[in-house]
Amino acid sequence: MSRARDLHVSYAQQLRLVTSSWAGAGFLALALAWLAAPLVLSEFQLDVGARVAIFALGAIGLNLLTGFTGQVSLGHAFFIGTGAYGAAWAGGDQEWPLWLWLPGITLLGVVLGAVIGPFALRLRGNYLAIVTLGLLFIGEHVFNNWDSVTGGGAGRSVEAETTLAGLDVTSLELFGREFEREQSLFWFTWLIVGLGALLAKNLVRSRPGRAMQAVRDRDLAAEVIGVSLARYKVGAFAISSGYAALAGGLFGVLQRYVSPTEFGGQLGLFLSIQYIAIIIVGGIGTVFGSVLGAFIVGAMPRIIESLSQDRDLPFVFGDAGGSDGFISVFSLNQALFGVLIVAFLLFEPRGLAAIWFRLKAYFRSWPFSY
Amino acid sequence: MTEFLQLTFQGVALGSQYALIALGFVVIYKATGVINFAQGGFVLVGAYLGYNFTQTWDLPFYLALVMAMVAGAILGAVVERLLLRHMVGQPVFAVLMITIGLLFVLEQTATSVWGFDNLNLGDPWGIDTVKVGDLNLAVADLWTIGLAAVAMLLFFAFFRYTATGVAMRATALDQEAAVAQGISAGRIFALAWAVSGAVAALGGVTLAAGPAQLAPGISFVALAAFPAMILGGLDSPAGAVVGGIVIGVTQSLTAGYQPDHAEWLGTNFHIVMPYVVMILILLVRPYGLFGTREVRRV
Repeated sequence: MSRARDLHVSYAQQLRLVTSSWAGAGFLALALAWLAAPLVLSEFQLDVGARVAIFALGAIGLNLLTGFTGQVSLGHAFFIGTGAYGAAWAGGDQEWPLWLWLPGITLLGVVLGAVIGPFALRLRGNYLAIVTLGLLFIGEHVFNNWDSVTGGGAGRSVEAETTLAGLDVTSLELFGREFEREQSLFWFTWLIVGLGALLAKNLVRSRPGRAMQAVRDRDLAAEVIGVSLARYKVGAFAISSGYAALAGGLFGVLQRYVSPTEFGGQLGLFLSIQYIAIIIVGGIGTVFGSVLGAFIVGAMPRIIESLSQDRDLPFVFGDAGGSDGFISVFSLNQALFGVLIVAFLLFEPRGLAAIWFRLKAYFRSWPFSY
Repeated sequence: MTEFLQLTFQGVALGSQYALIALGFVVIYKATGVINFAQGGFVLVGAYLGYNFTQTWDLPFYLALVMAMVAGAILGAVVERLLLRHMVGQPVFAVLMITIGLLFVLEQTATSVWGFDNLNLGDPWGIDTVKVGDLNLAVADLWTIGLAAVAMLLFFAFFRYTATGVAMRATALDQEAAVAQGISAGRIFALAWAVSGAVAALGGVTLAAGPAQLAPGISFVALAAFPAMILGGLDSPAGAVVGGIVIGVTQSLTAGYQPDHAEWLGTNFHIVMPYVVMILILLVRPYGLFGTREVRRV
């Protein structure tokens, strides 16, 4: 007797990570693509790829908080900034080795998130959004004024230790072959994204994940059936900030320079919004949606930048002059993010992930469309 | 003492600007339950339209101010009809993000049209000051306080004595019951956004008038009005005014005294002061000073 593929006969079967041989093949293909990409792609593409990886990592964290637990946060950029400065201080000034500072800044993010988290217990929705907005401004102030760690308003360089088990993750030497910085960082960042996504997926398909989704759907009802709001709201903030700080640390390594305005104030708000745009575009409440969205949001500015440098977009005036355009690259990017958020919320509120699910549902019963 | 009074006066003027912007937030929130993050965009566009009318079209300042308010009202109503009407009944998060998306679009559209330069609004107040005793009062500040006071009185009269105002309050209280009474909720929503757009334009012009010049950064000030609004409570116009003044005075006094008396807090601490006050107040009173306590049922 042959069973339908999507007939689940046990709970464990429904929770399985690899649901079919197709999915297994898909994961294998992704792994191969990860291995092969640095050998094939150009340095520019790899650099964009590593940035996308950092966006994906931070977005997975935000999705756990906003998508799965339903807590709106505009303060994600603050935690990203904390991670970046943490990398500069712990990995650079204190010369901690990579295996110590990378988990260290993640822990710092977790702790700070746990400090902010209790606000979510007293405040909901709109109020919470505005308090986390305040976090951006207070963060900017701290980054600006704590000179001995953050280098003050001018920012500081990030010279963190990057050697892990004898391998420098910014210039790998494998099988007697030396790889470029872009190639090495691509491998390293996406490795972390893979591990982070696996952790997040395991979290959301097990007991804590179900509790988080119950809190999202109706927090009072969740509490009535025995879900501890304190534990899961604060926990979600802590984990999400941990992801953000980790992403920030990698950002510091990639960028090699951090300044307060990137993570605070108006640009900080823009960074937070970018992360929210990622999860809206990719799909709220899905782990792989965070990665999908990161590809769009992370790559778009760089692609527009490079197109405008080649003067392929006649209405944009680039840095190189060319005054016949009417909008700057920066403005175009910000406006496009605005349009992207509004358009997705109006027309496809579940994001790209929903399109993928529809496709999958269509082909699962193909050729019977019902 | 003189210094204290001087700082307090400046604080009240600053607070009036915050209060005007916060009023715009409150009108929308009260009628539709939406926090409009794009309010800063409305402020920005309103101020630039005012500039356009006085400087580019050479109209008298007060006429331009009224025209900017009318244009702001139209902008508000159009935004409501095109975007927000589709979001009725959607989760808070989605509505909030729509308005944030709109903020970026409005900001960047404005900078694309009018550029990033500091512009002079050409208002009649300029940098004149009046001397009262030992105090130097800026004319622009006095006008700001006056205009804000008039706007607030009109608000209270409107909500209290006009049929439309009462209809707005009814809709805010219970949409279904209001609709059952023959009130068009759609028209009330559009009206709330229009009023908010007009107030935002007024706030924008007062922000850009006087010694302060017109630059894209003024949409940023709307973010600083958040603490004012939260402090008073999201759904209380009187709270917006009190919150605005409290935040304005606190900020002004911090700017005056903190560099000498609490240097360890770092430079420019007055910029973050409103947020610190907001967070402290919210810890004690989660719905602000005058906000309605939310009752929730399972």
